Amino acid sequence: MARTASRPARLTANGIGLVAFVLATFPVYWMLNSSFLDRNEIRNPVPTWVPFGGDLDNFRTVFETGQFVSALKISLMVTGLTLLVALSFAFVAAVAVSRFRFRGRISFIVTLLVIQMIPAEGLFISQYKMLETMELLNTVVGLTIVYVAGVLPFTIWTLRGFVEGVPYELEEAAMMDGCTRTGAFFKVTFPLLAPGLVATGVFGFIQAWNEFTLALVVMTREDQRTLPLWLSTFTDVNRGTDWGGIMAGSTLIAVPVIIFFLIVQGRMVSGLTAGAVKG
Amino acid sequence: MSERTDRARAVSLPYLLLTPAVLALCLALGYPLVRQVVLSFQEFGLAQQFGTPPEWVGLDNYRELLTDAYLWKVTLRTIVFCLVNAAVTMLIGVGLALVMRTMSTWVRLLTQTGLLLAWAMPVVASLTVWQWLFDTQYGVVNYVLSALGGDFEGHGWLLRPLSFFFVATVIVVWMSVPFVAFTVYAALTQLPGELLEASEIDGAGMLQRLRYVILPSIRPVLLVVGLLQVIWDLRVFTQIYILQQAGGSARETNLLGTYIYRLGIGGGDFGTSAAVAIFMLALTVVLTAPYVRAMLRQEREA
Repeated sequence: MARTASRPARLTANGIGLVAFVLATFPVYWMLNSSFLDRNEIRNPVPTWVPFGGDLDNFRTVFETGQFVSALKISLMVTGLTLLVALSFAFVAAVAVSRFRFRGRISFIVTLLVIQMIPAEGLFISQYKMLETMELLNTVVGLTIVYVAGVLPFTIWTLRGFVEGVPYELEEAAMMDGCTRTGAFFKVTFPLLAPGLVATGVFGFIQAWNEFTLALVVMTREDQRTLPLWLSTFTDVNRGTDWGGIMAGSTLIAVPVIIFFLIVQGRMVSGLTAGAVKG
Repeated sequence: MSERTDRARAVSLPYLLLTPAVLALCLALGYPLVRQVVLSFQEFGLAQQFGTPPEWVGLDNYRELLTDAYLWKVTLRTIVFCLVNAAVTMLIGVGLALVMRTMSTWVRLLTQTGLLLAWAMPVVASLTVWQWLFDTQYGVVNYVLSALGGDFEGHGWLLRPLSFFFVATVIVVWMSVPFVAFTVYAALTQLPGELLEASEIDGAGMLQRLRYVILPSIRPVLLVVGLLQVIWDLRVFTQIYILQQAGGSARETNLLGTYIYRLGIGGGDFGTSAAVAIFMLALTVVLTAPYVRAMLRQEREA
């Protein structure tokens, strides 16, 4: 295809590509750039385009306020717990859906699809009431409960693809050699699934780590805020805005996510579209 | 173990494996859904928060809402915002995917890297950056527009609703284009080269090839991606909420999601907000049905 493109067509395409690159990257660059600048450079009417002579003061400030560290702890706990529960629940469910044919299988898959489409705003009022009754508002467990339900459908869906990717014949061969069905699964299929589990786990991590809406609803107390909540209150109108500090905070939250995302994205794009690409 | 119990075990095993997931979903989504329907038929305000038993009011909440001009305004606003965002995202995303085929390899890799970065940015982090870019006093956008000759010194972008939604649209589109561009590009690379060559030999121009050959062949992908955009843009919450906190007027910029939040958790009127939420769920179901049907078709073919 590319071969047949004429020279002007290619030049135009390249121009559009470069513009797209700049528009896509600039905000990310600007976050990093501003995080190194001090107050005077930030408040200069002429923007400082490259952080020459910048320092790490903003990062130091972020850590010194203490709120960041407390939010980091909450975020790590919620994310970790969500992953642990969601991955183990999703794993056994994915095995059921991909290795067995049973009545209700298709209905279960359809239900997953439908659930995935439910907007958080459609249910958070009653989730809030439920957690209030259970006295789980402002607790890691409470937020984890709603997060697990949020990531489960996608996790099951993706893991199912990975389990189906391991041919059942391999297990059968192991059973011929005298393994039980369970034994064959854990000795043959499970090790082959490790990369899939990691990729799905990373994606679940990104979702829980970034989530804002439900955290806003469940964690109403200041000392129980997750990182996204902490970052969003930084920009409160009443507080005079410390853009350098905000950008340092954003950088700290974004960098692990970007790295993880770049690692797993190739694997996950196919899962995201769930076969849509095949047309 | 007898053969019979063995078989019974084999039959019940998949259900056993599904149990933890199903229970979790019932607890965190199923029960709240039922409770929400109940709530939407009750008077549940501040008095009930402090212990007064909720009063059954039948369809009163719904009747009140359906005759409330503000809800219709918010609904209309939500739908327009959703369609505009989805359309702009699709246009830019599909356009980029098409153009990517003609780029030199190094430019294409550069473009794809940039898109990946934008895609990977956490929502809240990108919101703070975009607020900083559009900042009234020290924002780069005002600086650049002024340098280009515009009168943008000290321009407040979030003050007027239309300009507020413009900023929101820029952010939403920036975050959503990568998914569309990558997915459509992946579909394009699977088009058979002979098909394009044949149409070229037949003398089809670029636009004709696009209209009669390329777009029809990737139609299923376009439909699914477009539908997903509509569904996702219908529930834009974080962007609107955070921009409102940053200085937008909530009443003039509420979409359904933020309206529910401010009515219920902000204002304590759980009955009415539950009714709005049910309304929003119904809207989602209507929009989701064709997507689920398309996915099911693939499921059966697989």
